[in-house]
Parts: sequence; structure tokens; C-alpha cells
Amino acid sequence: MKEAGQLDVTAMIFDHVGDSYYWHLTDIGETSVSAPLPVLVYSEHTGWHAFSSSHFHHGHEAYEGLAIAPEGSAYAGKIIEVATGERPLFDASITKNVAGLLIASVLLCLMVIGAARWYRKKDVTAPVPKGFVGTMEMMVSYIYNDVIKANVPEHTARYTPYLLTVFFFIFLTNLLGLIPGSANITGNIAVTVTLALFTFVITNIFGTKAYWQEVFWNKELPAWLRPLMAVIEFISLFTKPFSLTIRLFANILAGHCALLGVISVVFLTAVSMPGGGNYGMSVVSVLLAIFLDMLEVLVAFIQAFVFTMLSSIYIGLSQAHHHE
Amino acid sequence: MLGMILLEILSTKGAAALGAGLVAVGAGMGLGKIGSAAMDSMARQPESISKVQTAMIIIGALVEGVSLFAVVVCLLAS
Repeated sequence: MKEAGQLDVTAMIFDHVGDSYYWHLTDIGETSVSAPLPVLVYSEHTGWHAFSSSHFHHGHEAYEGLAIAPEGSAYAGKIIEVATGERPLFDASITKNVAGLLIASVLLCLMVIGAARWYRKKDVTAPVPKGFVGTMEMMVSYIYNDVIKANVPEHTARYTPYLLTVFFFIFLTNLLGLIPGSANITGNIAVTVTLALFTFVITNIFGTKAYWQEVFWNKELPAWLRPLMAVIEFISLFTKPFSLTIRLFANILAGHCALLGVISVVFLTAVSMPGGGNYGMSVVSVLLAIFLDMLEVLVAFIQAFVFTMLSSIYIGLSQAHHHE
Repeated sequence: MLGMILLEILSTKGAAALGAGLVAVGAGMGLGKIGSAAMDSMARQPESISKVQTAMIIIGALVEGVSLFAVVVCLLAS
């Protein structure tokens, strides 16, 4: 709800945590400081289009038969074809989230490969690494020993690359999302559903015969109970990745929204309690925001840890063997 | 009397806000129980503090996950 002259908090929050075709940093007066991102669209009627999103002028103009749909339409904020009013066939634009994902991937590769190269240069008798490589070794060995090897005791080497990658990816993107002006990656359900889908596929493709038997025709139960348990277990096959998705998505999104809401108190009280009240509430709001930021760093680690731990538990369960 | 207040809130502000409040109650109660059990066990046996702390954080994340499902539903309903 927007009163005259007052900040529209809901719109601002969704603007910050949502996706867009340009990377908006701030508004100085009336001009917005934003970096336009490439638009790459294939439409059945007009073929390939590749141009910078600055041609859209923040959604005010159309270009080459494409425009950004206005608020209130079904495709609000996304590119539609002016002629048909529908989405083009293939929209592979580098949006803010895609750019954020690419930056996070490059950073992750640099971090991990950079740390690994240190080990290649030394032999076994070298002293323990310090600094960045030491931190990476500490985290990797903690996750490998206490999470991965503990839950997947056999064939650990097959699943370690995926599990370690998922841990560091989620941790890094959670932390990156806390920087003001960054893309909200893990707070986007498309990203978390993809990660959960990876876990789902890995768990079920490598499931042993004993695992599938436990799911569908569990020999340890009385025969009359097995059909019911088969239905329940089949449903739980899908609820597990669903819960992985929602847990990560909602935790990170809620953290970002809470942080933005607390900061917006500064702007809301500028109108409702001008002068001394505004200064007082600004101090409170900044202190609360610092506390929330610290909490979000902790949540970033915990969510990455819990996702990795639950994934390794599911993988470990799918490697079940018959009890002889 | 309480029912009338409830109907009033539901009709004007919407059920999503009421749902979000209930989620907070549920999450608070669940996490409080986890924390209190963890405190008791840590006080009884100080050697197991780090193990209990790890388990407490993991279970806290899981319980919070359930409450966040409800938050997402409330967001969708609003």
C-alpha cells in the first residue's frame, strides 16, 4: 500500500529479491544506477534477437517487437512479444539471477581449484596450510568426515564431488546474497528446485535393489501392510526433495525480506515520525539490521550444511543392502 | 467473544496474516522445546556439549523448515 510520498515497502522488497533484465544498484535522485544485461530471445515469428536491455529503458519502450510486460499482466516483468502478447518461444536472456549464478560459479571454481593447486605443488611432508587454503581444508575435511563419510560409508568417492560442490555452492551464494546490490540466487525457487532435483536424481538412479525393495515391497513388514507402505514410501520419495527445496528457498528469502524490511523502517519513519523519531528509529533499525546480518551469515552456513547433510543421508539410505 | 474477534480479523486483514502469526507460535514452541532439551542435556553432561550442539542446530533447521513451508503457503494465500 503506497501513501503519498511514502516508500512502497512491498514493491521495494520484491524488486530487490526478484529477477530482472538489468542489474539495478541504486537510484540517485531520479536517475537509476543500473547495469543493462544482454537479452537473448528466440521468437517463432521474428527469429533470434540479441541486444542489451538498455533499449527497453526500464520497461517504458518496446524494441524489435519485444517489450517488458507491465505490472498487472500475467507475465509482469518478463519479456513478451508486442504482436501476440505472449512470451517468446525461447528466452535465454542473461538476467540478474543468471549473471549472479555465473559470477558465483566463476568464484567457486577459482576458490576450489586455487586451493587444490596448493596441494598439487606440495608433497605429503609439507606443513599444514594456513590462510585461505587452510580454511578450505578445514571446511572440506569437516564436511567430508562428519557428513559425507559418516552417511555414505561405501562408494564415498562416487558421491563426494556432488555433495561437496553443493555445500560450497549453497554456502557461497547464500553469503553473496547478503552483499547489498547482489542477486538473490538461493532465494529463488527455480535454483533450489534444481539443486533438489539433482539430489533426487542421484539418489534414485544409484539406488540399490534393496533400496527399491524397501520402498515398494518391504519384506520386513507384514504382508497386509506392504501396499499401504508402498504408497506412503512412494509419496515420500517426492516430499524429500520438495522439503529440501522449500527449506533452503524460504530460509534465504525470509532472511532477505526481513533485512530489507528492517532497513525500510528508516525510510518509513522519515515520513511518519520526522526529525528526532526518525533518527532514533534509524539507530535502532541499523543495529537490528547488523544483528540480522550476523544471523543471516549463520543461517547461510546452517542451510548449506543441512542441505548437504540431508542429501548425503538420502544417498546413504539409497545404498542400503540386505541384512544378512 | 474471541470467535468474533477472529472473524473480524479474517474478514478485514485476511487469513494469511493470521496464518503467519500461528506459524510463528508453532516455530517458537518447537524451537523452544529443542533448546530447552539441549540446555538440560548440556548441563547434565558437559563433555557432550559439542555433539548436543550439532544435533540441536540440525533439528532446529528441520523444524524451522516445516514452519517455513507454512510461511510460503501464507505468502501464496495473501
